[in-house]
Amino acid sequence: MSGGIGISILGRSMVLIALAISVLGAFSGIAGGMKRSDKAWKWARICAYVAAAAMTIAIGLMEYALITNDFSVSYVAKVGSTTTPLWVTIVSLWSSLEGSILLWAFVLNGYIAAFAYFTKGKYVEHSSYALGASLSVAVFFSFLVAGVADPFIAMDPVPTDGPGPNPLLQNHILMVIHPPALYLGYVGMAVPFGMGVASLLAGKIGAAWSVALRRWILLPWGFLTVGIILGGWWSYEVLGWGGYWAWDPVENASFLPWLTATAFIHSALIMERKDGLKGWGIVLLLVTFLLTLLGTFMTRSGVFNSVHSFTQTPIGPVFLAFLGFCSFVSLVLLSTRMDVLGSKQKAVPVVSRDSMFLLNNLLFAAFTFTVLIGTVYPLVHEAMTEKKLSIGEPYFNELGIPLSIAIVFLMGVGPALPWGNIDRQDALKRLTIPVVGGVVAIVLALVFGATGFTPLISFAVCGFALMTTLRELIEPAAVRVERKAESWGKALWTAWSKTRRRTGGYVVHMGVIMVAVAVTGSGAFKDLSEVTLKEGQSVEIQEYQLTYTGKETVTESHRSSEIAKVSVLRSGREIGVLEPKLNNYFRMGSVIGTPAVHNFLDEDLYLNLVNMNEDGSVVGLQVITQPLVLWLWLGGAMMMVGTLISAWPSRKRKRLSSTTQQESA
Amino acid sequence: MSNTSEETLGEGQEAQGQRRMILVVALLVMFGALGFVSFGNLGENLVYYWDCSQVVEAGEDAYGATIRLGGVVKEGSLDWDENSNELNFQVTDGKTILDVHATGAPPQMFREGIGVVVEGTMVKATGAGRFESERLMVKHSNEYKAPEEGTDAAELYKTVEGL
Repeated sequence: MSGGIGISILGRSMVLIALAISVLGAFSGIAGGMKRSDKAWKWARICAYVAAAAMTIAIGLMEYALITNDFSVSYVAKVGSTTTPLWVTIVSLWSSLEGSILLWAFVLNGYIAAFAYFTKGKYVEHSSYALGASLSVAVFFSFLVAGVADPFIAMDPVPTDGPGPNPLLQNHILMVIHPPALYLGYVGMAVPFGMGVASLLAGKIGAAWSVALRRWILLPWGFLTVGIILGGWWSYEVLGWGGYWAWDPVENASFLPWLTATAFIHSALIMERKDGLKGWGIVLLLVTFLLTLLGTFMTRSGVFNSVHSFTQTPIGPVFLAFLGFCSFVSLVLLSTRMDVLGSKQKAVPVVSRDSMFLLNNLLFAAFTFTVLIGTVYPLVHEAMTEKKLSIGEPYFNELGIPLSIAIVFLMGVGPALPWGNIDRQDALKRLTIPVVGGVVAIVLALVFGATGFTPLISFAVCGFALMTTLRELIEPAAVRVERKAESWGKALWTAWSKTRRRTGGYVVHMGVIMVAVAVTGSGAFKDLSEVTLKEGQSVEIQEYQLTYTGKETVTESHRSSEIAKVSVLRSGREIGVLEPKLNNYFRMGSVIGTPAVHNFLDEDLYLNLVNMNEDGSVVGLQVITQPLVLWLWLGGAMMMVGTLISAWPSRKRKRLSSTTQQESA
Repeated sequence: MSNTSEETLGEGQEAQGQRRMILVVALLVMFGALGFVSFGNLGENLVYYWDCSQVVEAGEDAYGATIRLGGVVKEGSLDWDENSNELNFQVTDGKTILDVHATGAPPQMFREGIGVVVEGTMVKATGAGRFESERLMVKHSNEYKAPEEGTDAAELYKTVEGL
């Protein structure tokens, strides 16, 4: 296996090249900004490209080693196995710490290279600084891959086989896309961070730069959204507890930067249009990145197993030090440079779209604060008292639900109000249709059997916000139809494509409303029961009839699965056969269940195989029904679509960048 | 597109400063209140990670508190009634033994001598009180080995992480 040692050496060289080049690029970028030197700026760009290329080769080598089962490479020896199916082998790159950090560094360098390419010759006061600052972050991650989280250590002696990745990760195809999506979101926040630092160093933010800021955070934000929702989906489809969100520290870690990034996306509009909220916006940008670091630290260093075990993984302290360093730099920059930005926003009328943006930011800040306390408190407590505890879900729900309802409510009010001063009569008139929407939503909810104050209020607020959003989407087209006598199809198309950023925003809002409806329904009206069935026996649960018709055993190279076949009738109508299973992973010696889920538009039927006796004649089943879950995934998809509509580079931009390319060639 | 409010253009620097002060004070009050509510709420929603000895040590405090009890299912203590769907067993940390009651079928891997994490609370019962389980999680480990008596509870929490 001499080729393996080659891969170790080659892989590590590539990482070291990326590290050295990033250091160089970071210095040239900052120098280019300070001296306004186009030459230094150009060098920073070249460094960004070279570092990205080196990391791409490194990650390619690692995938090659994984696929060819080259156990002389330490990471392959850790997560690889000759019995693992190919697709699992490919995705096992991100099944463990070292591989994840390598993927992280690769994605980060990719983002920076893209930033270097798209900002070439533009935003001359900021781009070089931003490149330098982002490359500094890349230095840290290359350093991790080269040092404490090195996946390319040469194994001696070379093992003949490995244990394979964690069985939970082998259970579902969603594991292929959830972590990369989350990483694309998480890591992508480093570029807006660099841009935020650049704003402070340059001491100004113009309208064009604030548009750029928003654009560069939008895409990572979209990925983060999808990553979070896919994580929930995976948890729902694989872990078998019938839920998708548990306010678990790992989940919170991804949710915290999402909250602050969402706040920034809104405050950036004020930045651009009103020349205001600049200092605050930059604070949000920096905090977003710091929260991604905190999140990675929390999820990847093992602090949540125990504060005391985290010192056993060397990456924990290193990460904490980097987090401390970035926080320190941010604080120093903010305290010395924030005044220079000088917001010029004039007094804001109490009831106006402007003030709704401020309120929106306050609510998001409050939400972040609440989740942060609940997530960090157990760590602080354990560090001080040596006693382990965690914060239960009720804490987060009691504060998070009212805040979420308030945020969705604002989504219904804000867009209905005009910018600046308003006429009270006019405002009330514009709120009439949304209010009707809210009332209709309550009536509908009651008809479908919803009860309870909070769920009803939540549905009402969703209906309210939905009407505002729909009107904002349709009204511009309606105006065209009336004034220019265009057909509806043409009017909608022109109106939407002319204001793509705005249209995308409201599509995202639609997605948020769908998610809010789904969370309300599934959270408040979940029903769980447990039954034991003999072969051929039936049971009635609500309008379902479940019959256990027998078992099947499927053996694959890495696991054997016991499948319970349960045929389902809903209100007498045949639905099909659901197959919850129990998988026995040979190399792990553990049994892990996979639930079977059937989505209806109005609710999900969720079956868990809890246990099965030796010959499969008796099974224990957990039966969960949950309304509206499907809308959560659809809402997530809608949010991504909206983000893409908003963030997709316009044709004008494309032509511009290609001409600059020709000029330089 | 943007229709800036023209009326306020003439406002002086002083008014601006005053408004900023009001804003800062309002923010402080708001976050103070939020912090107060949060911390108050925290105390009511703590989940304790205790082993059997710690549960017994906590005495009355263990009743009604949410506890993640880590330990090993004691040999010879398992009693599962298929008809009533009731599961009784004992959990031990090598020093202390607790009676645990759960409703519902036990997970596939559940057996005597295996490491478990039981989420629930202490309830009054005849004798020393009983741990009422709401959720039963079986240790799943990366490297399989039969758990020994007196397994460290902290190790067990680690193995059910993400469940």
